[in-house]
Amino acid sequence: MSVSHSHLAALKPGHIAIIASLNLSPQFHQRLLALGFRQGRQVTMLRRSAFAGPIHVRIGTTEVMLRRRDAQNVNVTLVRR
Amino acid sequence: MKRIAVLGMPNTGKSTFFNRFTGATASVGNWAGMTVDLMMATLKIGEVTADVIDLPGIYDLRGFSEDEMVVQRFLESTPLHLIIIILNTVQIDRQLSLALQIKRLQIPAILLLNMADEAPKFGVKVNAEKIAQHLEMPVISMSAKYGNQYGKGYDAAIDAIAQTLHQQEHPICVRNISDCAIDDRQLATELDAILQDAVHISTQHSNTLTTRLDRFLLHPILGLPLFFAAMYLMFQVVYTLGTPLQAFLSFGLDWIKVAALEPVFTPFPSFLKGFLIGGLYDGIGTVVAFIPVILLFFFCMAIVEDSGYLARSAFLMDAFMERLGLDGRSFVMSLMGFGCNVPAIMGTRVMRSPGLRMLSMLVIPFSLCSARLNVFIFMTTALFTPQVAPGVLFSLYLFSFAAALVTALLFKGQFPNHDPLVLELPPYRFPTIKQIFVRAWVEVKHFLRWSNQFIIAGVVIIWLLNHLPMDVPPASKQTLSGMIGQAVQPLLQPLGINSQLAIALIFGFVAKEVVLGGLAVIYGASNDAGLGGAIAHQIDWVQAYSFMLFTLLYIPCLSTIAVLKRESKSAKFATLAVVWSIALAWITSFLFYQGARLLGF
Ligand SMILES: Nc1nc2c(ncn2[C@@H]2O[C@H](COP(=O)(O)OP(=O)(O)OP(=O)(O)O)[C@@H](O)[C@H]2O)c(=O)[nH]1
Ligand SMILES: [Mg+2]
Repeated sequence: MSVSHSHLAALKPGHIAIIASLNLSPQFHQRLLALGFRQGRQVTMLRRSAFAGPIHVRIGTTEVMLRRRDAQNVNVTLVRR
Repeated sequence: MKRIAVLGMPNTGKSTFFNRFTGATASVGNWAGMTVDLMMATLKIGEVTADVIDLPGIYDLRGFSEDEMVVQRFLESTPLHLIIIILNTVQIDRQLSLALQIKRLQIPAILLLNMADEAPKFGVKVNAEKIAQHLEMPVISMSAKYGNQYGKGYDAAIDAIAQTLHQQEHPICVRNISDCAIDDRQLATELDAILQDAVHISTQHSNTLTTRLDRFLLHPILGLPLFFAAMYLMFQVVYTLGTPLQAFLSFGLDWIKVAALEPVFTPFPSFLKGFLIGGLYDGIGTVVAFIPVILLFFFCMAIVEDSGYLARSAFLMDAFMERLGLDGRSFVMSLMGFGCNVPAIMGTRVMRSPGLRMLSMLVIPFSLCSARLNVFIFMTTALFTPQVAPGVLFSLYLFSFAAALVTALLFKGQFPNHDPLVLELPPYRFPTIKQIFVRAWVEVKHFLRWSNQFIIAGVVIIWLLNHLPMDVPPASKQTLSGMIGQAVQPLLQPLGINSQLAIALIFGFVAKEVVLGGLAVIYGASNDAGLGGAIAHQIDWVQAYSFMLFTLLYIPCLSTIAVLKRESKSAKFATLAVVWSIALAWITSFLFYQGARLLGF
């Protein structure tokens, strides 16, 4: 099992990662916090939609979609492929 | 009089609880952002009367979107005796943060852990007493959807509410929410302490029904075709079940007219008789015959809205919508607009970027709402064979999409938007039978209220215009309507819209039901062979289709204009929406009508 640094949008479906840091505008940061995105929490990539569309991830017991552009600002550490 | 507010994150069942608690009929749906405005109900709890207020969901007390601001303004201006905090037990791992923030407001609060029925399926176990110790407020586990059919939680919740309310003599008002704020780090520490102590979440429950369904419904290739297939199926259900019911009801109303009304009114002067039967009765009867279609349509709508599929459609369509300057939420609102444009336009409050909101509001009125559907069912069944009628009707849905698309492309430069997008995808759910009926019933009630206010007046005016002055043949060029119609002919003749249809269009500005009643009155005047026959006799299908295109595209009704102005806070924007929709309607009808005539139809 390898440990590597990456961002949320780069994960492949099935990958599990830990959130390392959030690099976002204050307003969007607050919204993601409320949805459970905090440093140290685990996220699972469920799927990526076609045509460079949004991604679908699970964090805790919540499932959310977010745009890849925004997900690129969520830095993660990959823990399992 | 005491005052209670229902507060919580979006989509946690606040409105469901509010409805059960107060007997109100707030809209419920499996979509974060269903409620965007305050709704109040009054009830007696034990000895005291209390106002209960259902609020939009908020993620954070310090939020910035329009619906979150509605809540902030409410809290800072309204003294409260009690706050009922509702959270989704399954998502307690993050939603407790809002309870911690609300606790700081120093207003008595009760925390209801809702959706207790779903928690076991997701492997979430909660110790309510321990949470109560941490938060120093009553904490009760319950199900707002199933009430006492699921455990004893609901009754216990009501008891706790009565008790706390009884103890609280004076209301408390938050002067300034930011004074009560805690910083994120401390919030996280407190949250973790409670979760450690009182919550257990098993990781073995990740393969739920929702996960399995999503594998198909959100499939990169199959997802979109499945979505459109589902929408087509809904259309087919409403059409194949709805039209026979409508025909049956309309037949029944005709029978009553011939068997009972006409004999009774024979002694009356013919003008009065014509007014009462050919005007009021026929006009209103034609509109009322569509109640079964409305019911059926909103049965389906209730299922779609409660299923959680709306949020999925946002996922599937976001890439496409982004290229139009919109996002997945705009698509969801357009879908809701197929029921009624007004709540859909209000639903854009969840968007933070003004550009995005405006562009969405410009696009939503092109959604073919249920009122327009009735007009189109009426005309297509009158003018087309039963084999092609549903296809013709469906083609209007395609035009509706196309109009929205063209509008977004043309105007996206004016309304730039860089709003980031994150949306919850809630689990799939199915509404209870009661929820389905309540949803449809609310619409029918709304429709009946409309009929009282506008439809009757509209129909009466159209009939009078068609029959005044009294000494000329009804519906002829010499009548008032003939004169108005002639006056606008230079504009509408190139579209194949004759002067009678023009009158229906002019009054259709008020509401599309008036178009329907108006058509009945206009064409009922001149025949005995049934209304449909009369229309088919006087206009051909090319004219009819051109008329339907115009009806589809020009501004849906006065309420839509009013809500556009209120939500955008700009008369200029509302004017733009009206002018643009009329222009697009004219151009489309013109191209269609002249094109079809050129091709020899
Ligand atoms: N299983 C289950 N579903 C529930 C329960 N309460 C509400 N729901 C469902 O949860 C969804 C959201 O319910 P709403 O009452 O609209 O939620 P809300 O908190 O008012 O949402 P917003 O107005 O968007 O903030 C709907 O699909 C409800 O049917 C419950 O106790 N159990
Ligand atoms: Mg609600």
